[in-house]
Amino acid sequence: MGTSQAEAVASAQSGRTRRARPAGQWPVVAVVSVGGAIGAVARYAAGLLWPTPAGAFPWTTLLINAVGCALIGVLLVTVSELGSAHRLVRPFLGTGVLGGFTTFSTYTVDAQQLLQAGRVASALAYLAATLLLAMAAVWAAAATTRRFVLRRSR
Amino acid sequence: MNWVLVVAGALVGAPLRYLTDRAVQSRHDSVFPWGTFVVNVVGCLLLGILTAAAPADVRLLLGTGLCGALTTYSTFSYETLRLAETGARGYAVANAAASVTCGLAAAFAGVAVGGWAWG
Repeated sequence: MGTSQAEAVASAQSGRTRRARPAGQWPVVAVVSVGGAIGAVARYAAGLLWPTPAGAFPWTTLLINAVGCALIGVLLVTVSELGSAHRLVRPFLGTGVLGGFTTFSTYTVDAQQLLQAGRVASALAYLAATLLLAMAAVWAAAATTRRFVLRRSR
Repeated sequence: MNWVLVVAGALVGAPLRYLTDRAVQSRHDSVFPWGTFVVNVVGCLLLGILTAAAPADVRLLLGTGLCGALTTYSTFSYETLRLAETGARGYAVANAAASVTCGLAAAFAGVAVGGWAWG
């Protein structure tokens, strides 16, 4: 059996081993699921603590989204700049907890409800304020964290 | 009981976002974050349908729980920031504008469908 043939067999075998465990992503799916539930419960609790009356400006959802965007800026910069975090940290905290905490669907449906009630100015202010605040939050948090992490690693 | 409904919905919604994002992202080569865009717009449509007149329990399970965890503002904002930082400013603006307008359009469409379905 020639070298190339041995290599072919070896590579076929390693190919089989790789195919034999497509399960590499199931721990990720599991932590995303649990993290998402934790984030959603926090969002639901915030809604119970600071309820938005029908037709009122949805401050609670706006603040939830802004806070979640600031936190993901801190998290993802820390994870990517340090590069030493466990592989499940990002899916658990980022995709899971913060993904479950923040919401895009409530944002647009809240705006739709305001528009349907004829409160056009409120709806447009809400749509714009959330977007601007979220982008400012993620940018400021990422920039601050990057400066902090780089200073510490120097 | 309400908490259980929210948790149950989110336990499904969050991994559904993760798996949909992976499936969508593996099917195109562009830097545009189509995966998050798709889950957000679909979530807006679904929440719109529920908002019209679904029973309270269904809204907690599928609305607050499932749609809330299926859609995300944090990943949306971070991906938009990354586009802007990596020189793809046009894509960043397009992602923000398209997500908001398509999400809002989907919410309107959902409410219309829901009014018909639950009414």
